[in-house]
Amino acid sequence: MNAWNNIKAIMKRELGSYFSSPIAYVFLVIFLLLAGFFTFTIGNFFERGEASLVSFFTWHPWLYLFLVPAVGMRLWSEERRLGTMELLLTMPVTTWQAIVGKFLASWLFLALALALTFPVVVTVNYMGSPDNGIILSGYVGSLLLSGTYLAVSCMTSAMTRNQVISFIVSVVICLFLILAGYTPVTDLLTRWANPSVVSMIAGFSVMTHFEGFQRGVLDSRDLIFFASVMGFALFTTGVIIRNQRAG
Amino acid sequence: MIKVENLTKAFGSKLAVNDISFTVERGEVLGFLGPNGAGKSTTMRMVTGFIPPTSGKITIGAYDVVEDPLPAKRLFGYLPENAPGYADMSVRGFLNFAAELRGLTGDARKKAVGRAVEMCFLESVIDQSIDTLSKGYKHRTCLAQALLHDPEVLIMDEPTDGLDPNQKYEARNLIKRMGENKAIIFSTHILEEVEAVCSRVIIIDRGRIVANGTPQELKARSPEGRLDDVFRAITLPDTVKAG
Repeated sequence: MNAWNNIKAIMKRELGSYFSSPIAYVFLVIFLLLAGFFTFTIGNFFERGEASLVSFFTWHPWLYLFLVPAVGMRLWSEERRLGTMELLLTMPVTTWQAIVGKFLASWLFLALALALTFPVVVTVNYMGSPDNGIILSGYVGSLLLSGTYLAVSCMTSAMTRNQVISFIVSVVICLFLILAGYTPVTDLLTRWANPSVVSMIAGFSVMTHFEGFQRGVLDSRDLIFFASVMGFALFTTGVIIRNQRAG
Repeated sequence: MIKVENLTKAFGSKLAVNDISFTVERGEVLGFLGPNGAGKSTTMRMVTGFIPPTSGKITIGAYDVVEDPLPAKRLFGYLPENAPGYADMSVRGFLNFAAELRGLTGDARKKAVGRAVEMCFLESVIDQSIDTLSKGYKHRTCLAQALLHDPEVLIMDEPTDGLDPNQKYEARNLIKRMGENKAIIFSTHILEEVEAVCSRVIIIDRGRIVANGTPQELKARSPEGRLDDVFRAITLPDTVKAG
């Protein structure tokens, strides 16, 4: 259980560092404001006249696009900038324990932000009788989505000590993960490519795989997609860190 | 305790460390001396397992640092160059975190942190965040972290860099005292320090060991018996040639 204790210690420190600076509070406030704005104003929550959170979840891939890299950009670049990476990795911990610990801490933080959107669930239940199973599945999908973006940010933050670069590269990669399956883009692609190629490209998109969760369908293929992107990005983080150390 | 055999590190085509071998036993304080860029930090980073060597073998206690890093890492405490620390953490939080990674919990952790705080004179800043500390305190905080688990091996990269004369004096005494029952490596480019605390000196220049002996032996090489002259005589020709 040594490994788990190390992961836990690293998680605790990382989570603490969010809350010991204004980052956590600024993030939570902006996240909740934007989530509300998208849901009620742009998503026409009330005008839709239906008891569902479609207008809430639809915007999450876009909302996370900027907010998740903002949470993840400092994970490793900060360690490199401060030089604490040398300290951390000469402790009796393995690189993967450090990667997993840091990732879980940030993911837990994003989960907290997501959990704080509960008033929207209360509202929709007060005003109508929605299918709460679908809402739960939407939350699960949203959490997996944020974890996927976060793993990508984790990877880009290992590449550089500059947080701005880390942020931008991460946004670009996440944007690709959205656009590959974004309906206006796939519509455009079908004009040139044959449909099987387009659907293969769309298969790489978080949009395609997030879709099912919003309809209340928990498909194992979608779960595997999110898990494998996360696994791949975290594995790559490990490779990047090892290569940097090798010089 | 520490055994380094034919250690080499290449960055691209440049050899930062070139075929270095030495051993340090318990009760020895080894001073690592050399001009800036000679390969001191690179050597220490390899010994602590932070960067992998291009070739060669490092053993700490009974463990190979590359093959068996975790048990090897448990045996030493490390003070990296510039004494890094998590800027937003308090001294107490930082030491507690380091203690947890060392596997210390509950009472054992409390005791270890208390002891390290006492040894490094950190009582007055214990609840201050690290980014508000002066350089001397920051250094000592990072040193405290290395001492938490009372390691058998201590590796310190320029432990007295940035300290004021009083703090330097304290740090030297501490190193000397701990050197009685630990194996210690530390790097410096302050020659008087070497005379004050080391039982053995290695001078490295451009990645190679150019001198290895007790301070007395090295001093005997110069007609005036001064370490400065020996250091200059060994390392200067290269600098002049390079310039």
